[in-house]
Amino acid sequence: MISGNKSKTWLTTTWLSALALLAPVLVMLLAGVGAPADLFVHLWQTVLPDYIINTLLLGVLVVALSLCFGVPAAIIVSQTNVWGQKYLRWLLLLPLAMPAYLVAYLYTDLFDYAGPVQRFLRASFGWSSPADYWFFDLRTLPGAALILSLVLFPYVYMLARTAFEQQDQNLLRASRLLGLSARRTFFKVALPLARPAIAVAASLILMETLADFATVQYFAVNTLTTAIYDTWLGYGDLTSANALASVLMLFILFTVVAEQKSRAGQRHQSNRPNKRNEVMVLSRWQQLAAGSFCWLLVAAGFVLPLTLLLQMALEYSDAGQLVRLMDTGKNSLEVAVYAASLTVLLALLFGLYRRLHQDKFAHVPQMVSGFGYAIPGTVIAMAMLATFGPLDHWLNDMAEMLGLEAPGLILSGSIFVIVFAFIVRFAAIANGTIASGIGQIPHSLDLAPASLGAGLQKMLFKVHLPLLKPSLLVAWLLVFVEAMKELPAVLLLRPFNFETLSTQVYQLISDEMLEQGALGAILIVLFGLLPVIWLNRTKPY
Amino acid sequence: MFKNTLKRISLLLVAAMPLVAGAAGEVNVYSYRQPFLVEPLFNKFTEQTGVKVNVVFAKKGMAERLAREGKHSPADVLLTTDISRLIELQDKQLLQPVDSKALQAAIPARYRASDDTWYGLTTRVRNIYSAKRLGEVDFTYEELADPKWKGKICTRSGKHPYNVALVAAMVAEHGEADTLTWLQGVKANLARKPQGNDRGQVQAIHQGLCDIALGNSYYFGKMLKNDKQKVWADAVNINFPNQKNRGAHVNISGVAMAKYAPHAKNAKALMEFLASDQAQAMYAETNMEYPVRAGVKVSELVSSWGEFKADHLPLETIAANRKTALVLLDKVQFDL
Repeated sequence: MISGNKSKTWLTTTWLSALALLAPVLVMLLAGVGAPADLFVHLWQTVLPDYIINTLLLGVLVVALSLCFGVPAAIIVSQTNVWGQKYLRWLLLLPLAMPAYLVAYLYTDLFDYAGPVQRFLRASFGWSSPADYWFFDLRTLPGAALILSLVLFPYVYMLARTAFEQQDQNLLRASRLLGLSARRTFFKVALPLARPAIAVAASLILMETLADFATVQYFAVNTLTTAIYDTWLGYGDLTSANALASVLMLFILFTVVAEQKSRAGQRHQSNRPNKRNEVMVLSRWQQLAAGSFCWLLVAAGFVLPLTLLLQMALEYSDAGQLVRLMDTGKNSLEVAVYAASLTVLLALLFGLYRRLHQDKFAHVPQMVSGFGYAIPGTVIAMAMLATFGPLDHWLNDMAEMLGLEAPGLILSGSIFVIVFAFIVRFAAIANGTIASGIGQIPHSLDLAPASLGAGLQKMLFKVHLPLLKPSLLVAWLLVFVEAMKELPAVLLLRPFNFETLSTQVYQLISDEMLEQGALGAILIVLFGLLPVIWLNRTKPY
Repeated sequence: MFKNTLKRISLLLVAAMPLVAGAAGEVNVYSYRQPFLVEPLFNKFTEQTGVKVNVVFAKKGMAERLAREGKHSPADVLLTTDISRLIELQDKQLLQPVDSKALQAAIPARYRASDDTWYGLTTRVRNIYSAKRLGEVDFTYEELADPKWKGKICTRSGKHPYNVALVAAMVAEHGEADTLTWLQGVKANLARKPQGNDRGQVQAIHQGLCDIALGNSYYFGKMLKNDKQKVWADAVNINFPNQKNRGAHVNISGVAMAKYAPHAKNAKALMEFLASDQAQAMYAETNMEYPVRAGVKVSELVSSWGEFKADHLPLETIAANRKTALVLLDKVQFDL
């Protein structure tokens, strides 16, 4: 479809970019080769099977719960006449701005034996010890799954809602003309059409869960990620840790392939999106139930944790703290903006390449560049140092050879490495979102401009990009919010005197002093909110 | 847009370079210790010497980072919270010996490396906290495995460096087989799966979830000084175990100089400052740890907990038994 020199440049850029994103992953895999077998035998005989079972259980539970939260929410908001729809549309996105470890901390504080809820119960019923009554324990595997789903379900909600709203109205209308009710049309036509987007969201959530460390550690749930940390930091064996991370990679590879297979052969296209489709009219009781469901999700995933934070901040913070936090906030914003913008650009490159180069391997750059997502941030960070460290050394040696002053560690010792780590870590989010957006553009539109004599560039800028705008925005927003929250990679890679909001808050949490970090935590959430609100105000076309 | 972004990134890189390369009058610290604990000390040092202290908090992966950075590493001074990390750095040959009369005079021989590569700054005791309702009890670590404590003990993860060091000390004292039996006993006595941090365990005693818990000494002081946490601390007694035999298990927080320290002179000055009377007194007052320097008083609060006998087991022996300790912890599935 595309020919000549332009094609070659495009081909090279795409493959080199994908390779660059894959490089740290490859370095990690190679570093795991030759791990001492006796340590593995020991781990296998003692704790590893339990870790693996926990990992699988947690993944399945989080995905299942997120689907149960996100899909109905998307249906209710986009397909029904529920009250408060206008607000719920964007309110349901907000939990995404909450770091999971923060919610975990706040909720344990609330529901612990010494927390206000149980204190109230004891005072009301005259109980005096834990033996007097049963109360759920949040610090368990199901508890961790619940907390993770509460903040991750907006992925499902957002991608599913976008899919519903961009569906080809002709298909839905045809279904109505053939005599199906609005409700049956939705379940027979619209929902199956949205499946690819929902699958993308589910795989993102699974990967996010596999890579989580702070939440599961806080809840004392030992997973494969725990094992990676144990072998690396406890046994001091980075080689074995890398080998274990490679096992984790197998899980991811399986997910990615399964997700792609599930979409194979499906072509979803639409040329008349965004005209509002007919809604399912709910009775008053149905409205009440559906509305409560959505408002409850907003309350549990966002309003309650934010209220708790505000309360702490009011009690423990002063104006001076806010001023000090501004610098830290600027650092967070800076890396998040760079990371989001670059990640989206690359994802667009991979997505369009796959669409317009229809050869057997065109999907490979998009696929391999997303592998970093499920690797725990700490392991990515180590891989980044292993990748850029030698490059820095080479640069310094070259400089010395040429008689110049050695520049020092300009790659591995600056924010470059943090931004790069974020791109590697979050490319999958942007890839998935943009791929699903590209999937909605009818293939006929690829051919039309050419038949009218328009060049590649014109086609992209006049046809594809305008149609992709909503997906691009969603992708940017998702990466931005994730980057604001990201913790382990920054903890390891930051240069001197460089703190982000998340590192600062985490340090205080890890010392049981969230009160002092509450203001910083609120800033993380607020910065995460800004793009959500802005996105909501932007009309898609 | 892409070009612009690239341009901005390269500008930023240039701007970040001085941070990386470091100018004169600076010293770069990689710290396991939380910045807000050591910042008052650094400020004092800067005030006195004019040397600016740059710090990066590198709780995890400091050794790997240093190893990867090699001779271009900007790090001068390394601060750790536990002996094993110092030994790990030493084993990986990432340290250089610091020959300093001041340090040698200030720090007793058992709290510094025989080859001058690392120095202890403060000692921290692994205490047993007990519910006030138990009254005075004469604890030993060995006794934690006694069935009489069934369902009564709380602790953080067995894999945490503080617990690993304690188990390593038990291995040194009793051998592998006995320590395994001991660990099985302790695990059987746990009130709940190991979780949270040292403060969380005291909180759990306050909640009535357990009666005794393991925890470092300075947390007791920190909780007493925290409005919200004072009630937790008020519910417990702090006990120094094994006073009738070998003494309580002690770990150190320490300091070392990076092998390729670009500001070695400033680094040495900072290390000597941290061992000075003034800095040691600050450690004692603000962090409520025990200063290693003889003659420096512990804080009033800490001294109110009483004198105690410390186990004299060499720190190197503890570090040497770390891996065995980890294997044993896995074998009894301590955290599961």
